[in-house]
Amino acid sequence: MLTVFLQFLFSGLTVGAVYALVGIGFNITYNSTSIINLAQGEFVVIGGLMMWFFSESLKLPFFVSVVFTIFAAGLIGLLMERLTIKPLKNPDLLLMIMITIAVSIILRGVLMFYFGKDPYVYPSFTEGEPLSIYGAIIQQQALWVIGITALCIILLFLFFKKTIIGKAMLACAVNPTAAKLVGINVSRMVMLSFVLSAIVGAIGGMAITPISLMEYDKGPMLAVKGFCAAIMGGLGSNRGAVLGGFIIGILESMTAGYIHSGMKDAVALMILLLILFYKPAGIFVSKTMLQLRKF
Amino acid sequence: MKKGDLLAFFVFIFVIILSPVFSGSSYALTVGIFSGINALAALGLCILMGYAGQVSLGQAGFYGIGAYISSILSVHSGLPTVLCAVSAMMVAAVAAMILAVPALRLKGHYLAVATLGFGEIVYVILNEWGPGGPSGFGDIPHFGFFGYTVDSTTGYFYLVWGFVAVVMFFSINLINSRTGRALRAIHDSELACKAMGLNVAALKIKVFVLSAAYAALAGSLYAHYMTFISPSSFSLFYSILLLMMVIVGGITNLWGAIIGAVVITVLPELLRRFEELDVLVYGLILTLSLMFFRKGLVPILIEKIKKLRGFAVAKH
Repeated sequence: MLTVFLQFLFSGLTVGAVYALVGIGFNITYNSTSIINLAQGEFVVIGGLMMWFFSESLKLPFFVSVVFTIFAAGLIGLLMERLTIKPLKNPDLLLMIMITIAVSIILRGVLMFYFGKDPYVYPSFTEGEPLSIYGAIIQQQALWVIGITALCIILLFLFFKKTIIGKAMLACAVNPTAAKLVGINVSRMVMLSFVLSAIVGAIGGMAITPISLMEYDKGPMLAVKGFCAAIMGGLGSNRGAVLGGFIIGILESMTAGYIHSGMKDAVALMILLLILFYKPAGIFVSKTMLQLRKF
Repeated sequence: MKKGDLLAFFVFIFVIILSPVFSGSSYALTVGIFSGINALAALGLCILMGYAGQVSLGQAGFYGIGAYISSILSVHSGLPTVLCAVSAMMVAAVAAMILAVPALRLKGHYLAVATLGFGEIVYVILNEWGPGGPSGFGDIPHFGFFGYTVDSTTGYFYLVWGFVAVVMFFSINLINSRTGRALRAIHDSELACKAMGLNVAALKIKVFVLSAAYAALAGSLYAHYMTFISPSSFSLFYSILLLMMVIVGGITNLWGAIIGAVVITVLPELLRRFEELDVLVYGLILTLSLMFFRKGLVPILIEKIKKLRGFAVAKH
């Protein structure tokens, strides 16, 4: 009984960690631009597939592959912002969100062209026996996923609280005009936010691929789940996204395990709807704060 | 109706009547039928977004409800398809009303996610409890009126676009009525509307219900044309596609929804020749058109025409 429960809990935590990373990715761009970058799911796929390309196809050492993948994802995020978001002057939010969808279609097209429609996988980061806690089997890679997510959250927290660039990005989020007046290069901060969110997504993709495989069209579903996680916690709040991601992940795996695997998306979304109707701004954002926002 | 709209409407009817004559192949007509079906759903979304300023990512849910209710009724109860379509629209309207009461208190991204959640829940329900499950079901009768069944491609083309014309006529009148002006006012400032004594909540719910009914009608027409449906046609992807149609066509103009629907439906067919690269080219065209025709095709076209007329007047 306990064994089964723990098993579901751990698989929920693993998936939830990736949703949390995608959700944080949404928050990073949302906080500095109010845009929801719906290509966020594609960065997870890029992370997984690029890692496969560098480590399996080119046979590069592990750490070199990781660095190259992060670099590639960041570069794609940078290009995306410079080519599609920056050229628009006095942008309409809805239009920008549609553009991110269109860009995600381009990215999917490129990924399908280079990688085809097959799923890809590479070995876990560390080899070894899976752990056993009260009979529940936990793959080592699952611990990697959860650990890497935790590390990302801590690093991002330090980045936004302690470094001058992080503080500048937050300032852009709070008030772009005021940020400009104190000499912050808002345009560069926006660019940085796209790069950062792309990297966060790609890290999630690299970590999860050995467990759940990766194929070119996984992006949209991941984006939807991550978006739900971000909304559940309250858009813009990183601890909200983490909590939301884990709630959705655990609910999904519990529903799939105890009720029926086909129902897992429905139950998670039903809970999300209930939370939204009860607390329209998400768990960690107050209603007054919501009213101050443009969108 | 305003003079410009009336003229456009006549041209529109004219084009509908003539297109089967010049289309040349039944393949082109079939694409035309799908454009019409999408145009119906897009019109609803256009009124909701462009005029009432509410985002919906759940239109596929209503589209699916329309298709499933209408086909289940026509297969199992043997009711005339017209009645099935009407009942489907009513079911979708009730679903919309139940969703709208809590959901329309939400704004922006939150509303988008709430409607998205609804659409996905419908999708899962269709997969789990819909007849045939994920593989769907067939043998749905063709659309018919009073004993006369529409089963030729040309006939169905006229049927679908006839519906589009009727819905369009109704929608243009709605937009230019008192309700329409109130809607546009909501779009500009909800607070001001409330201060003027408008019942904003009730209006928003009405429009949401209307857009759901349009989507359900489109779904019903789709089901009775295909005679086979499966849940995969009613996924989130369709909601996003509708959003794309409305934005590409021009969110501030009802004609934009129709033009957008035609463009987005026809484009993938034209891109077939690129084979493996078709998705990539599709994405590129979408991105570029969103970036460079930001207001949407129809509003830009209207601006161009006005400019040309300005030149013509200046010359005289």
